[in-house]
Amino acid sequence: MNYTKEDILSFLKEVKDPEIPVISLVDLGVITGIEVKGEHVTVNMTPTFIGCPAMDYMKSDVTEVLNKHGITNHAVNLNLKTTWSSDLISSEGKQALKKFGLAPPPVHNNIIEDLDIIEHAECPNCDSTNTTLKSPFGPTLCRSLHHCNNCGEAFESFKPI
Amino acid sequence: MTEEALKDLLYKIADDQLILGHRNSEWTGMGPLLEEDIAFSSMAQDKVGQSLAFYNLLHQLGEQDPDTVAFTRNAEQFHNCQLVELPSGEYDFSLIRHFLFDHAEFIRFQMLAECPIEEVAQVAKKLKGEVKYHVMHANTWVKQLSNANEEAHSKMQSALDYALPYALGIFEPSKYENDFIEAGIYAGEKAIETQWKENIHMVLEEAGLKLPDWDTLKPVYGGRYGKHTEYLQPLLSEMSEVFNEDPTADW
Repeated sequence: MNYTKEDILSFLKEVKDPEIPVISLVDLGVITGIEVKGEHVTVNMTPTFIGCPAMDYMKSDVTEVLNKHGITNHAVNLNLKTTWSSDLISSEGKQALKKFGLAPPPVHNNIIEDLDIIEHAECPNCDSTNTTLKSPFGPTLCRSLHHCNNCGEAFESFKPI
Repeated sequence: MTEEALKDLLYKIADDQLILGHRNSEWTGMGPLLEEDIAFSSMAQDKVGQSLAFYNLLHQLGEQDPDTVAFTRNAEQFHNCQLVELPSGEYDFSLIRHFLFDHAEFIRFQMLAECPIEEVAQVAKKLKGEVKYHVMHANTWVKQLSNANEEAHSKMQSALDYALPYALGIFEPSKYENDFIEAGIYAGEKAIETQWKENIHMVLEEAGLKLPDWDTLKPVYGGRYGKHTEYLQPLLSEMSEVFNEDPTADW
């Protein structure tokens, strides 16, 4: 049976980021193109960080979900034709990150001049911006470390890039 | 421009990233504080991943696969500058090296993002966003430590003085400089060097660190043509230990 592009998109909503299992690859913005030609489906993806070890898992998870829906005639490509930016994360995705305890990345429109942009990330626990950047590097390549001076919690933020 | 010239350019970038990535990883578990342990480990992961992107481009140009290229060459087949292969030493040197190298790398990727070879431009465009965080990290710590107590300041100054001649080796001219400039690939090493001097000057001034008169420094060249210090071969041997034990191993 033939699926539409929208069908494929809804299937891909099932595929979550292996390191942040609350956000789908679609909401993360790494799915950059879906082409349906008859029975053949092409999915294009772009990496968040080039050294991110989760990208291979994401790619095989996409393949798996296509197979699960009976789409065996497919190509899943990981390439840099579209450069990923944290601005590509959907508002639904940002909500999910916050609920997960990760401060969502601020919109930057490709202007990141210095670390000021993450100096006072909004605490996902109490919404305070009275926070301190502890390190621009965290447990995964896409996260930074922060401390909230208001509620006293340590938290992580998804980096704007 | 010939394919040989392009390969020469891609090899030096890839090798710099791989070797510095490996050196950065030596701080894993050893950082002076937890955040720095994580920072150097993250930068190591970024850099090794970035080298892979360039080895993949080389593979598309007919070179061997990335693992073979990374793990089976001898020191004299590597095109990295000597700066990146020097032992990690103490934190002051590692930090200064990271500062000097990443400022240069950021300018390089900015230039290559405009390169007419689409595949190269795509990788460069991606990487400049990542390397920007490396630069910001370096700037923060260089300023913080240099403006701390006298001991910290003097350690940072000595590390800078020691590293600078090697850092100038980043810009060792390739035999294809004119080809790159004529083909509009990028503005060449001299142009990166000029911009780099301006950029580091601004941060070092805020840090209260002194730059010597550039004319008194003798750049340490040779790395781009396979001439290396005694430190590279042991690093390569260690890095390729598992691969050499079992080239088919998957990890």
